[in-house]
Amino acid sequence: MGWGQRLSRWDIKVSPYLYISPFFILFAIFGAFPLLFNVVVALHDWHRRAGMGDYVGLDNFTWVLQQPLFWRSLENTFSIFLWGGIPQLVLALLIAAVLDQNLRARTFWRMSVLVPFVVMPVATSMIFGQVFGQFGLLVPNLQDLGLLTHVESPFFQDRLLSHAAIGSMVVFRWTGYNSLILLAAMQAVPRELYEASTVDGASRVRQFFSVTIPSIRPTMIFVILTMTIGGLQIFDEVRMFDGGGTGGGKGGADNQWTTVVLYLYNLGFGDWQDRLGQAAAVGWIFAAVIAVFSLVNFLLTRSISSSSARTTRVSKAQRAAAIAKARAVAADSERRAREAGVATLLGRTTPYDDQRAPDDGGPSDDGGPSDDRGPSDDGDVAQPDAPKEGAHR
Amino acid sequence: MSTGFIENTAGPGAARYAQKRAAKGRPVQAHNPSTRRPGWLTYALLVVVFVVSVFPLYASAMYGSSTTQEISRSVGSLPTWFPTLTLLDNFGEVLSASQFNFWMAFANSVLVAVAVSASTVFFSTLAGFSFAKLTFRGRQALYLTVIATLAIPAQVGTIPMFVMMNDFGWIDSLLALTVPGLVGAFGVFWMTQYLQEALPFELVEAARVDGASMFRTFWSIALPAARPAAATLALFTFVGSWNSFFWPAVVMRSQLTMPLVIPQLRGAFTTDTGLVMSGVFLVAAPLLIVFAFAGKQLVSGVMAGAVKG
Repeated sequence: MGWGQRLSRWDIKVSPYLYISPFFILFAIFGAFPLLFNVVVALHDWHRRAGMGDYVGLDNFTWVLQQPLFWRSLENTFSIFLWGGIPQLVLALLIAAVLDQNLRARTFWRMSVLVPFVVMPVATSMIFGQVFGQFGLLVPNLQDLGLLTHVESPFFQDRLLSHAAIGSMVVFRWTGYNSLILLAAMQAVPRELYEASTVDGASRVRQFFSVTIPSIRPTMIFVILTMTIGGLQIFDEVRMFDGGGTGGGKGGADNQWTTVVLYLYNLGFGDWQDRLGQAAAVGWIFAAVIAVFSLVNFLLTRSISSSSARTTRVSKAQRAAAIAKARAVAADSERRAREAGVATLLGRTTPYDDQRAPDDGGPSDDGGPSDDRGPSDDGDVAQPDAPKEGAHR
Repeated sequence: MSTGFIENTAGPGAARYAQKRAAKGRPVQAHNPSTRRPGWLTYALLVVVFVVSVFPLYASAMYGSSTTQEISRSVGSLPTWFPTLTLLDNFGEVLSASQFNFWMAFANSVLVAVAVSASTVFFSTLAGFSFAKLTFRGRQALYLTVIATLAIPAQVGTIPMFVMMNDFGWIDSLLALTVPGLVGAFGVFWMTQYLQEALPFELVEAARVDGASMFRTFWSIALPAARPAAATLALFTFVGSWNSFFWPAVVMRSQLTMPLVIPQLRGAFTTDTGLVMSGVFLVAAPLLIVFAFAGKQLVSGVMAGAVKG
């Protein structure tokens, strides 16, 4: 075997592994190893300068679990997550539905919802801090309206209000991003489903809840899951909310808005604190919390959306039937449109209009809700405005 | 009209509703998103969304255009609605501040973001090419490993990573920001997904038959084919690196990146809100310029990711 041939075989055998090795090497050093090393740090007395100290067993874990501040920061984290997550999901769905239309300047609108995604979160935090501040845009006006009686801005005093303010930053940053993800999913919904439900008289709101939402369920679960994992790790927004000047960045005078990651950061690197061992324990506990919460969230989301979809879920056969039906409608109306066009050319009215008129009139001439005819029944589906529809297809 | 179909698919409630609606003689509006032109309400909503999207940065520029007196007089509203020359004065003061070196921070951020995105794109495409188009033992298992690592929350490793950086002597060094980010699981996943569809096996085969080496095949066949996805990946990596705050805040001391300038502003300018806000604007603006040119690609990237992810 020649030298060149041997080199070529070696090339084929080794190259695939060589090409994927950068990722695995880097992950081993900066991904997997720290994960294991975290156990070691969490089991020791550990400080920034002094490094590894005595082995302390699970003391760091029990210490953390006994800190009221840990539990407070955990509560804050979940509260901020809810303040940021729920409005975000509702607004993202709404914006996605609005964008899922035949818009003029489509690219411009899509870009405009993505602007917040590229605004640096710490910058957003400073600006929102100013807006929510005592002399900002919001508080004086709320005071004038008599909605606030506080002298100082309650957004930096009251626990829940500070969570709402920080939640609004989360909403600002992620709503547009998620709405584009949902929009992509909405556009993948077969348009025939809309046509079929239109033919059957569903309103647009009804269509949104009965066709759109069930169809984009997997994407919604994906969005909620990433939202959960990212949202619980919130740091930038809470760190800079009070401007981070002297004595700032600690999550409030009374830790009103300290989150777990900020707590971890302050424990390890904050002023006068140097508890790497305890901070590592917080890291582990928090990872477990995120894992459990994501799982619960996943199961909950799945069961909620499937139970709400119980009445609305469209089986494969039904969907196929619906599509077939819509196609029939389209074909029928296209034929009618064509014939109407011919008729117009010939200078007379469409013969079909007269023939079909009785059918178009009332809904009750073919049975009520107890009607059990299959979806493939398309005997009387022609609608007055169907030709216009069909002509576009 | 038949309500049977509605009852079968959407339940009896929907069927009753449809009947009622039809009984009232309301015309059935066709909602076909692909053809129907939306009304003014749609555009009104979109304008609101647009205003909210740009408002924070606009507000920071307006605060930055004002003196402390003007800001304290303007309680409850923005101090001005149009930028003034004060903004430029404030920019000058931020850029020449003695407490931090803005240009140094800018250069650091550019350096780190460019290095991280270039390397991520290269190594991700390389790995993606291997996973998508080459056959080797353990491919499936290794690819699943890559995907599984996506689920690890990054901040769990913060403390050990800090200890490691300390041992490496990388505290306050740009290496600490660059090296751990040279390639990530998301990039590998992204490029593999793309190349599976975009690169025909026949092309790879043809290059091999023509005697091209594996790397040559990658360089002249896979890399050009991957260009659209690579550009999107570069963009996302750049934005992520540029905006990242937590990890730099942990490992950097005197060397700053752009986000680390923000906490310095209050310390440097204390109560001069106009100056602080002009600094905030300066820090956030560069990415907006990038967005003006590449926003379209970012949009399609987000939407493409949704379909695959």
